Amino acid sequence: MSVTVDRPEWEAAEERSRRGSHLVEVALRIRELGILLVLGLVVAVTAAYNPRFLSAQSIRDLLLNASIIALLTVGQTLVVITRNVDLSVGSVLGLSAFMTGDLLAGHQGLPIVVALLAGIVLGAACGAVNGAVTAIGRVPSLVVTLGTLYVFRGIDFGWAGGRQINASNLPDSLLTLGSGRILGVPYLVAITVVLVAVTAYVLRSYRSGRELYAIGSNPDAAVLAGIPVGRRVFAAFVLSGAVAGLAGMLWTARYGTVDATAGTGFELQVISAVVVGGVAIFGGSGSVVGAALGALLLSTIGSALVVLKVPSFWQQAIVGALLIGAIALDRWVGLRIAAALRQRSIRSGS
Amino acid sequence: MAQRDDRGAAQSAETSSGPRLVLEHASKSFGSVRALEDGSIELYPGQTHALVGENGAGKSTLVKILAGVHRPDSGRLLLEGRELRLHGPADARDAGIAVIYQEPTLFPDLSVAENIFMGRQPLAAGRRIDARAMRDQVEALMQRLGVPLDPSRPARGLSIADQQIVEIAKALSFDAQVIVMDEPTAALSGAEVERLFSVARTLQDHGAAVLFISHRLDEVFALCQRVTVMRDGRQVFTGPLEGLSTDDLIRRMVGRELDALYPKQEATRGDVALSVRRLTREGVFTDVSFDLHHGEIVGLAGLVGAGRSEVARAAFGIDRRDAGEVIVEGRQLPPGSPTAAMAAGMGFVPEDRREQGLVMDLSIARNASLASLGRLRRGLFIRDADERRLAADWAARLQLRYAHLSDPVSALSGGNQQKVVLSKWLARRPTVLIVDEPTRGIDVGAKAEVHRLLSDLAGQGVAVLMISSELPEILGMADRVLVMHEGRLTAQLSRQEATEERVMFAATGHTTTEVGG
Repeated sequence: MSVTVDRPEWEAAEERSRRGSHLVEVALRIRELGILLVLGLVVAVTAAYNPRFLSAQSIRDLLLNASIIALLTVGQTLVVITRNVDLSVGSVLGLSAFMTGDLLAGHQGLPIVVALLAGIVLGAACGAVNGAVTAIGRVPSLVVTLGTLYVFRGIDFGWAGGRQINASNLPDSLLTLGSGRILGVPYLVAITVVLVAVTAYVLRSYRSGRELYAIGSNPDAAVLAGIPVGRRVFAAFVLSGAVAGLAGMLWTARYGTVDATAGTGFELQVISAVVVGGVAIFGGSGSVVGAALGALLLSTIGSALVVLKVPSFWQQAIVGALLIGAIALDRWVGLRIAAALRQRSIRSGS
Repeated sequence: MAQRDDRGAAQSAETSSGPRLVLEHASKSFGSVRALEDGSIELYPGQTHALVGENGAGKSTLVKILAGVHRPDSGRLLLEGRELRLHGPADARDAGIAVIYQEPTLFPDLSVAENIFMGRQPLAAGRRIDARAMRDQVEALMQRLGVPLDPSRPARGLSIADQQIVEIAKALSFDAQVIVMDEPTAALSGAEVERLFSVARTLQDHGAAVLFISHRLDEVFALCQRVTVMRDGRQVFTGPLEGLSTDDLIRRMVGRELDALYPKQEATRGDVALSVRRLTREGVFTDVSFDLHHGEIVGLAGLVGAGRSEVARAAFGIDRRDAGEVIVEGRQLPPGSPTAAMAAGMGFVPEDRREQGLVMDLSIARNASLASLGRLRRGLFIRDADERRLAADWAARLQLRYAHLSDPVSALSGGNQQKVVLSKWLARRPTVLIVDEPTRGIDVGAKAEVHRLLSDLAGQGVAVLMISSELPEILGMADRVLVMHEGRLTAQLSRQEATEERVMFAATGHTTTEVGG
């Protein structure tokens, strides 16, 4: 019944081409490596111009600046993998930032854990709205979350009513969370790294994680495979909301001053980071590690341009170019891999 | 557990034990369309049962009921004599029913192993997926099937045949006792079909009940022991295959004589209307040349993916072409311009009427007039009245069944939708008409009407190129048959020469004698 056919000349040809481009291919395929490569390049060029860019404090700042966006990419990646998108994360962050700030300023002596939980619960509730309308109402998530982007921001403005909460009204423990360190690592960075690691592990090694990829890869097949598609998509939105809620609370901790505009426009930065990080915008592939590195790369480029004294208005153009470059690269690598896989299937097929 | 052992013992003791799976008098409607009136089937362990019938006979609906995708409106399903209620595909899987679809439904981004075990991955401590165990099990399955597929490669890029192997491995992995194959051979080459058959026989020998659905009756006879014939949503015959001939089956499938279905009139063959010369599109089709005369219907046959639709699309100018020329009525067509093709008198009825042929939300009148707007225009505007007059005229000629011309075409049945697409093009009075799968998914009655219409058109001198995957349609309607295989023309057969065997022979890549184009 075996149908393998000996085709030595193909083997040889492939062997030749494999040796030549193997390293490049691996680097391109493992997206995380590619981002690290570009990141290294950016840091090296900038450090050559100004060596202080590599000081411990500078590196800490780079990580700290990236951490809130990187945190948001964790939730966003879960949603994008399922072939959906969450545009409301910036507004959820803003709402949570103001609410937790208001809570702590209004109730002196309240443990910050309560505020932390409140932020997460609020975010999860916002995510549940997105998830319910998307999964049960079968409305495209792009439209749903575009709507809730404005709704949540509107609630934020209604609540704040032009008020601003200042660091002087906030408990010291909160501000410590925002600027303090553990073993030299800022708390915010540590929280982000832990969350990225845990999510990456779950996505890799648990059924529910693999099912998110399956849903994004082929929604119809996911239904046929008996995956509870609606429940999983709902859960992805709730988690994205919860992460945005957590990020909002940490935003207040880091900046100490909150009004109703916190996090405005973050959704596009987050999605840019996710795409640059190699998560396929139509779902099915990508990793949270890549997405978080994407966030780090984009914010490092921002900082590097300041050091290099490039006028700041160039920054957006460069981020945009990088985004298009990343997608073009994805497409190119995707085509090459598809061609290679077809070859393999011809070789091993009948 | 004990129950399963009992079952195995009983089965080895006597092969004529009771049926494993029974579907009794199932019906299913979608809106006002009755897809299945009275579907019944009995599947026995260790046997392969064929399900045959024309497109639209209700086979797919029956399969989807067995798969747990559709819930029947009435009727019941029995597994080992006990009633089984399926609330979703997962229930069917848990009951040991595996379905292999014509176009397998895999996750392209995930590995072969994950595709096989999705939702049922072997777990290690802490409910973590045991990747190694999964890989080992898939390797063992592939060994059993005799197919060297790498478990860790992504499913993207697998041939249809290999994708089906993945589906079969999935069925094996949960020890499926009932395996349903829905037209698995439609897109396979000869060697791939053989491989699939040997796998199917192995499954059957291990005591699985196999349901095999195919349009290719020779395959049915080669593989199956029993057969059920369906027509218009009903079971019309069921019994052993032994003693039956192909003609017997076809008569039962069609329920009328073939002549009524394919009312091809003799038409006088006129001058060359369309000439395609050495048309090539890299990687898709190569060096395709043929002539199409006024008054003739030329059938373009071949397997799915042979490049038939692509040739038609390139000839009409929808897709680009890399080399070759297209000549209509003696004049060269510029490449890549459907507008020029239409101006030269060509019409093109695409394969997928929902996606490409119609604007589903627009009214019948709007759709029918869509290709004739230039002619209807008066000054800057198009008048509703003109549009309606044109639509009403063609609706009457094509015997379109509709309530109001202002109804959206989505409200019509498949056959009537196809008539709207046809009237859209006929309103332009084309001299060359390309129709791609003109009767796919429409009922037998509407099919005969479409055939009569095409025949009438040819009688009026229109040159018709008909792409079809249904061999009886090609053989019944075409004056000449062109056959493609993997992007090349492999045969040109006259009506007399064209037999089912010769067309299939050429469609699977064997070049046969050519007749003058």
